Parts: sequence; C-alpha cells; structure tokens
Amino acid sequence: MTEALNELGALLEAKRNDCVLSWEVTHDELTVTVAPSSLVTFVEFLKTDQACKFSSLVDITAVDYPSRAKRFDVVYHFLSMYQNHRIRLRVQIREDEMMPSILSVHPSANWFEREIFDMFGILFSGHPDLRRILTDYGFRGYPLRKDFPTTGYTEVRYDEVQKRVVYEPVKLVQEYRQFDFMSPWEGAQYILPGDEKKEEAK
Amino acid sequence: MMDGNIRTNTYDDGSTDAATDEQQIRNFNINFGPQHPAAHGVLRLVLELDGEIVERCDPHIGLLHRGTEKLMESRTYLQNLPYFDRLDYVAPMNQEHAWCLAIEKLTGTEVPRRASLIRVLYSEIGRVLNHLLNVTTQAMDVGALTPPLWGFEEREKLMVFYERACGARLHAAYFRPGGVHQDLPDQLIEDIDTWAVEFPKILADIDGLLTENRIFKQRNADIGIVTEEDIQEWGFSGVMVRGSGLAWDLRRSQPYECYDEFEFQIPVGKNGDCYDRYLCRMEEMRQSTSIIRQACEKLRHEKGDVMARGKMTPPTRGEMKTSMESLIHHFKLYTEGFHVPAGEVYAAVEAPKGEFGVYLVADGSNKPYRAKLRAPGFLHLQAMDHVAGGHQLADVAAIIGTMDVVFGEIDR
Repeated sequence: MTEALNELGALLEAKRNDCVLSWEVTHDELTVTVAPSSLVTFVEFLKTDQACKFSSLVDITAVDYPSRAKRFDVVYHFLSMYQNHRIRLRVQIREDEMMPSILSVHPSANWFEREIFDMFGILFSGHPDLRRILTDYGFRGYPLRKDFPTTGYTEVRYDEVQKRVVYEPVKLVQEYRQFDFMSPWEGAQYILPGDEKKEEAK
Repeated sequence: MMDGNIRTNTYDDGSTDAATDEQQIRNFNINFGPQHPAAHGVLRLVLELDGEIVERCDPHIGLLHRGTEKLMESRTYLQNLPYFDRLDYVAPMNQEHAWCLAIEKLTGTEVPRRASLIRVLYSEIGRVLNHLLNVTTQAMDVGALTPPLWGFEEREKLMVFYERACGARLHAAYFRPGGVHQDLPDQLIEDIDTWAVEFPKILADIDGLLTENRIFKQRNADIGIVTEEDIQEWGFSGVMVRGSGLAWDLRRSQPYECYDEFEFQIPVGKNGDCYDRYLCRMEEMRQSTSIIRQACEKLRHEKGDVMARGKMTPPTRGEMKTSMESLIHHFKLYTEGFHVPAGEVYAAVEAPKGEFGVYLVADGSNKPYRAKLRAPGFLHLQAMDHVAGGHQLADVAAIIGTMDVVFGEIDR
C-alpha cells in the first residue's frame, strides 16, 4: 500500500511540479501540500488523470492553528473508486486570504465549503451560495476557531412572558471546567497553589 | 402572495391593473418539515413547486446541531467515544468503530482477535438494525403501516443483544480503543446465533409484504434514479452507490478489522432507483445475518482477551484490586486519559448508511486537536436538489427515505 502511494506521490510531483509543494506518506496515507492558487487545476488534474482518477470528493475540512502566520489548514480528501486509493490535499492560508472554490470540479464541495465558512469563517471565491449551514439563523462568530469558547456567547430559551424564543448572553451556574492534565513533573507552566510561599520564604 | 396575487387593484380614476393570465400563475413555495413525519428527523426542506412538480429543493439543516466537533476538542479521547453513539443513533456501534480505528491507526495498536470478531459481529448487528429501520419506515412513508411494526419487533431483540453486551440499548460505548469493553458471555453468543437462524424467516415475511406489493412498487420503481456519474459528482457512498450497480463496499475494497476472512456477497442494483436501493438493503440484511452466524461460530472457538492491555486500556478488575500500579493506571486513564502521538489520520468504515469517516488531528496530548466526522448522509442530502428535481411532491418522501438520512450524523 505504502509503496503504491509513494509511486503515486512521485508521479504527481513529476507531472504537476508547478502545483505540488511537498508530499509525504504517513500511516499509509498520502498527503500532498498545494498552494491555494493552483488548487483548482490540481483537483481537476486529479479527477481526470487516468492514473489518479480521484473522481469522488470524500471530505473537506479545516484546522485552525492560531499561532501560525498561515492560520488555517484546509484539508481535502479524495477517493478513487476505480483505482481504489485515497489522497489528502492540504492548503495553508492566512486568515485574510480567500480560498478558491472547487465547486466547478466537484459539485459535492458545495455544502462542505459552506460548512467551513460557517465554522471557520474562511471565504470561498466563486461559491454561488455561501450561507451558513449548521448554525442557527442569525448566528455570529465562527465556532470551530480555537479562540471561540466552547460554551458560545448566547443561549436561547422560550420566554413565557413574551411568548417567543429569546437570545441572552450565556450565564453559567458554575464555571466552565477546563482541566489541563499537565503534571508539575512534566513541565506545567503555572504555579501550583502554595508554591508562591516557597519563594517568599527565601 | 406566494400562490399568486388574487386581488385586483383599482385606482382613483377607475382604472385597474392590466393583467395577463400568466401573471396569475406562480410557483408555490412550501416548507417540508421541520416537523414532518417523513422528514426522518428535523429536516426543513424549502420546496419550490410548479403544480406538483418539484422545481427546486433547498434543504435547511443544522436544527440538530450540537457542536460535537467543538466539544470533542476539549474532551479526552475516551470521553469522546460516547459522542459517536449520538451521531447516527440508529446504528451506534458502527460509528464508534471508526473512532477506535482512527486512534488505533495513530497509536499502532493491535486489537486482539476475539475483540476484532466481536466488533464485526456488532457492526453487522448495527447494519441489520439500521436497514430494518430504514426499509420499514421508508415503506411507511409511501403508505404501508405493517412493516414498521414487524421490523421494530426484530430491532427490539437486537437492542436486547446490545444491552446484554454493554448495558445500554442505544448509547453503547462498547467499542473502545484497543478492543471492546467487556467480553461476551457464551449464552449471548448462542442467543445471537439462534436469532440469526430465525431472522431470515421474518425477513421473508417483510419481503412478502413489500417486494411485490403493487403500491410499493409504483411509489418506488423509477423514482430518484442515481447514475454512475451522479455518484462521482455528488460523492455518494454505501447503498446509494450499490443500488446503481457499482459493487463498492469498503468492507471488501479496503478491508478493515477482519472482514477479509468472512464470506459475504455485495448485492448491487440495476437501475439505481428507490426500489433497487430497497432490494439492496434487504439483501444486505441477509448477508449480514450470514456474517453474524460466521462470527458466532468463530467466537465459540476463539477465546482470549478482548482488550489490548497497555496504556490505552484499563487493567482488569482483578489486577486493579491487587496491584498498586494498576490502580494508579486505572485512575490516570479515566481522569487524564491516554496520550496519542502527534499526527493525522483518516479512518473510514462502511457504516450502514455509507462511508463514515473520522479525520483526526492529534497533537500528542490527551485530547484531539481536531476531529472531523464525515457523515455519509451529509452528501446524500446535499444531492437532494439534484435527485428530487422534476419529481412529484409525493416522491420527495420516498427519496428522502431511501437516501437514509439521520440528522444526528448530518448536523453533528
């Protein structure tokens, strides 16, 4: 399996040297990194080339790395039912950049791109209908970004007096518990309660 | 206004709006759902109708969105497992399977043979559970009332098998990274086998109710035809592919677990319509029953542990009571959880509805950095506009039925 993917990776690099930035095979999976500008032509190449025939789009998703200059990884998975292999494309973009939409090549990208827009706020140029898809009508913010709190900002309830659903800021009855499991022996960065006295004693 | 403006405006000087006949004819917009019994959950379809013909179909999803992927980022790998039961709640264990496979792939864990067999056994039970629900409720959508009653009786028995294995009828949390949580008692395997012997008879009964039923055929044959091109364009998987004649099944083409040692056929349809998809599901149930029997037979002989003992899995109860290290391990496992080496994988299983995949990005800590759940229904429903366009309004229910959508997994 890995050998075949290595071959495929080498073939892609040889044929589309202009698109492929790098490629690697890990865990029996081929990952190709592509530049955003060459994405659409490369996806089209993957779809039509006889050796690849990645005709069906499996998944598009994004990963947020807030500390990086190119904040988002947009990850595409393709499958070839004819050649029986899979490929993963990775595109890195900055927060203020737009992604090209691959809707013209794979119509099934429609909802995936809407979902990424909904969850990460990445815009896709050339998408005809970039509405939010999973979140509520009139929702604000991009939930899957790392700086979005898990609790969200608003909560809804039915108001018996006003006889309608009302939106209110989130009120938590207890603090949202987010544990870190770092042990002080493995390099936790914070000062444990009581430890500050040790410094004072000196 | 939506059904045409029927009022004639008159003005001060006595004139009226000049109207042609065509002005009166407008397309009709209706909401199908979110509380329509044939919408299989909370689906809102905005349909634009020209008479009774569907011109445009815009599914509004997300009414069951619970933010599973966001929640998973702040929970440990083990705590995330039960979320998978709540995705496609019709066949819970199949989803757990994908999660376990993803973790095992990253950590390089070898699952003990007996656990692997149990996983196959319960995945196939899940498949029968799903297809029973789908076939019979789809029949209800097109007018039959008896099939769901008969089908649910069998589902009930299968859920008792779920319960006897893990204590829960639906939200199992039975498959764990490294194996399955508990071993099956011998009697349970015997009972499952007995059920599998009797089940084809009940299947034949349902078959007798539906397959040659005139109304059922009229409502399903030649409805919602899916071609090979559609499959590729819209990224279909599972029965949506097999109903159109492509023998694509991940259990066969990219075998995982120990499916390669089981004998089963992959049923394919010919026309790719709703009726062929129904036939495929019926035959898949028979094949699954045969796999269940093979798995039971193997389980009778192959004894052994059901967990790969190590950092990822708890120590046995006996060890925990006698060894301090095991006690610490147990405590650490269920509080801190295990760490998964950094990397990314995509693991997919042939869930009853199609390819269910997990894309997992791990950063070396005890929580996933990002987990994306790839639900087959998401893509199937997306193609609704394409498949249902040009059909009658009544066919929409039949098409949604055979697409086999469940909103737990679509909205996540």
